[in-house]
Amino acid sequence: MRTLNVQSKPEIQRPIRNAYIVITVLAALFLNGLPWSGIWLMLRPDFVALVLLYWCMHKPWRFGIGLSWAVGILADVADASLFGQHALAYTLLAFGGVVLNHRLKMFDLRQQTFQVFGIITLTYVVYALIHWQVNGFVVWGYFLGVLTSTLLWTPFNLMFHSMQQKRMSERVS
Amino acid sequence: MDSTQSFRFFNRGPSPVVRLVFFSALSLLLMFVDARFRYLESARSVVSVLITPIQRLTAMPAYLLDQIGDIFITQQAQRDLKSTNNQLQIQHQQDAAKLLQLQSSQLENQQLRTLSSLPLSPGYTAQLVEVVYAERDVFKRRVLISKGANAKMEMGQVVMDDKGIVGQITRVYPWLSEVTLITEKDRAVPVQVLRNGLRSIVFGAGDTSQLALRFMPESADIQVGDVLVTSGIDGVYPQGIPVAKVAKVERDPSYPFARIFCLPTAGVDQHRHLLVLAKPPKLPERPAEEPVTGEVDKRAKGRRRN
Repeated sequence: MRTLNVQSKPEIQRPIRNAYIVITVLAALFLNGLPWSGIWLMLRPDFVALVLLYWCMHKPWRFGIGLSWAVGILADVADASLFGQHALAYTLLAFGGVVLNHRLKMFDLRQQTFQVFGIITLTYVVYALIHWQVNGFVVWGYFLGVLTSTLLWTPFNLMFHSMQQKRMSERVS
Repeated sequence: MDSTQSFRFFNRGPSPVVRLVFFSALSLLLMFVDARFRYLESARSVVSVLITPIQRLTAMPAYLLDQIGDIFITQQAQRDLKSTNNQLQIQHQQDAAKLLQLQSSQLENQQLRTLSSLPLSPGYTAQLVEVVYAERDVFKRRVLISKGANAKMEMGQVVMDDKGIVGQITRVYPWLSEVTLITEKDRAVPVQVLRNGLRSIVFGAGDTSQLALRFMPESADIQVGDVLVTSGIDGVYPQGIPVAKVAKVERDPSYPFARIFCLPTAGVDQHRHLLVLAKPPKLPERPAEEPVTGEVDKRAKGRRRN
């Protein structure tokens, strides 16, 4: 049974509809697309990466590397970056998530955060590396996003989890 | 259907590693094709149709805030409006006087040009556009404007505001176009110092909203406060539009070139409304090498690698 080890006792989660997954991904694209600017743009967490990582970790059979790649292509068009730049980064991210899925049973949220930090750093590094290869420079402030994304992981996880719980209790009553 | 997953004894489909390798290779291939050949622009427009609704939505919060702010017009705001109105009127009168002078000198200039049988400097028509959203990528200085292929926007058109050059259209979508600002890293604009006619090229700094004059010798006659206008050389930018003002000059004898920093005169990061100039008539082809109308940034790239 795959559960999040935040609660002391394992709980049964209700199955998640595909529409729910799609909506969360679209919401993440929306949040990424808000008109961030200046220092806020550098501090902006990568919501899409977090959502993809969440689904890859929790539902690896439903949401895997291929879908992450497709979302990456959408992100590429939205950001007008090179075709495949986000896609490659998110492919690696999804792989990390799928691998981490097996460890999920052993780790609590704090330990997960360290793993997530590593995966998100990898994603950011890959993106910046491609940019550096093509355009020849890197803005170091870009990596601030790694910190904010990682810090957001725990609240994000709890939020998703509680949302699923609520939906379940609604159904029972 | 979720609970049955723990009973799956057999893997479905290829393993994660295989998928990783496949999709990574696919991404790399796409990137290579996109960076080298630009074959994928049509694919990009197709996908952009999918993503455009979300992008439109992202512009909504700011728009709503604007609208709400409009409802609550306070007295202070009214006073502000009045004072700006007054200012604008004064400005308008001054400008009108200047415009009359300009018209007369334009006529004179035209006559002189016809006398000396030079080609007439063309007038430029302009289209008003609105900035729809700013770039969400830390690495880029770009904005997206509200007209695209539907309004006959073309790559290479120059974008300006009331005070000077803002940038250039670098990509055209069905309903949007992408404007690369002059502050983008290594974006080059051919300029002239207004005071003494010295020709140079101004480059974007990228990470800050600054510009820099590179490769100017120590002895170059440039002072703080000098205004740089477009020189019109290369036929991309029309002549005589303000680009930047020199903000700081560092002359270090241990370095072969002076370090000159400029600030753009246009509100590159500020306005919501911009003007897109019609493309200037093509200059005759440059003899060898690349055509004159080629993008300026290509040359800047080559220059950096040297």
